[in-house]
Amino acid sequence: MYTQAMDTAPREERSALEDAALQQRFDARIDAGEFVEAKDWMPEHYRKTLVRQISQHAHSEIVGMLPEGNWITRAPTLKRKAILLAKVQDEGGHGLYLYAAAETLRVSRDQLLDALHSGKAKYSSIFNYPTLTWADVGVIGWLVDGAAIMNQVPLCRCSYAPYARAMVRICREESFHQRQGFDALHVMMTQGTEAQRAMVQDAVNRWWWPSLMMFGPPDSASTHSEQSMRWGIKRISNDDLRQKFVDACVDQAEVLGVTLPDPELKWNAAREHHDFGAIDWDEFWRVVGGDGPCNRERLAARVDAWERGAWVRDAALAHERKQATKEKAA
Amino acid sequence: MSDVRNEWPLWEVFVRSKAGLDHKHCGSLHAPDAKGAVQLAREVYTRRQEGTSIWVVRSDQIVASDPADKDMYFDPMADKVYRHPTFYELPDAVNHM
Repeated sequence: MYTQAMDTAPREERSALEDAALQQRFDARIDAGEFVEAKDWMPEHYRKTLVRQISQHAHSEIVGMLPEGNWITRAPTLKRKAILLAKVQDEGGHGLYLYAAAETLRVSRDQLLDALHSGKAKYSSIFNYPTLTWADVGVIGWLVDGAAIMNQVPLCRCSYAPYARAMVRICREESFHQRQGFDALHVMMTQGTEAQRAMVQDAVNRWWWPSLMMFGPPDSASTHSEQSMRWGIKRISNDDLRQKFVDACVDQAEVLGVTLPDPELKWNAAREHHDFGAIDWDEFWRVVGGDGPCNRERLAARVDAWERGAWVRDAALAHERKQATKEKAA
Repeated sequence: MSDVRNEWPLWEVFVRSKAGLDHKHCGSLHAPDAKGAVQLAREVYTRRQEGTSIWVVRSDQIVASDPADKDMYFDPMADKVYRHPTFYELPDAVNHM
């Protein structure tokens, strides 16, 4: 990823005429399906939209470490513990790729983190639900990471190249997350006790609807969708992705031997898709707005980690400055 | 608002995927110093044996061509087809030389 630190050239005054020409050239490149790089001219609204989306995505990865991190010390076997550690570390890595991509757009890491810690920036509302049992960890892999992959694959073709490159890397790693989740559930369903199977079903019941909400509000109510589609930031609509996810999950649930908690879920031969019940959008907006089961806990954990790590960051930097001064004196 | 001067500087990371290949730019990260940057690059960019060697360089040390000069810089090469071997049509008997 190119970086904001390289982008230090003074901004020149431009006439309105030049701006119009730049805008025209930008539009033509978008229409031709070309990529936009960090140092290319871009409209301010495009830049702001990307900062919002990429940083929100980065925050989601970092906050997403928390619900599963809770289970690292309680994983049932050493194998599951090693897998979960690797997965949670991946989420941290994904956050870092994305922060770096956002930083190419003339915002600093500290500004981005400030926005998260002050509650100004959002993250995926799914992480405001609690992980009550070990089965939740499996279901997060299967459904939550499954939905994330569905959302993220089209972003590998996003018009903003640093974001697209980060997404290619993330998608390559994300597949393991979904598969390990399904595998953990499958072992419980096929080799587990009656109580373990009931635990899996209970986790599926709790996570199914929030997973469907991960695709965002319906197209009719999505405020940013149209412009993002025009700019090639978004490639497939919320509702289309959601439908694709539902269709994929039905077969997977059957293999697993669980039911999806929606009495209206059924195959529609005319549409060649599954119909499904209405999503409780009031709940979605409530959780986005800060009133989910774990919003305060998650944000507090992030702020706490940041503040308690401050002395380490400061000490490392002080050490470097001291070494630099010594070298200069020598 | 945090003090930007206390942010760890930014580094560009280059990874050689295996012996015999070039180091390739793969991303950037914040680190307090060069040693820390190499260590963090290992954690962030080579969790799955993606590399056998890492280079890091301070981002503010990179000098890049200006995208605004792209046409002036690179387009003049577009009409120099004679720089490519395929420009020359030789007799069949020797055309695979």
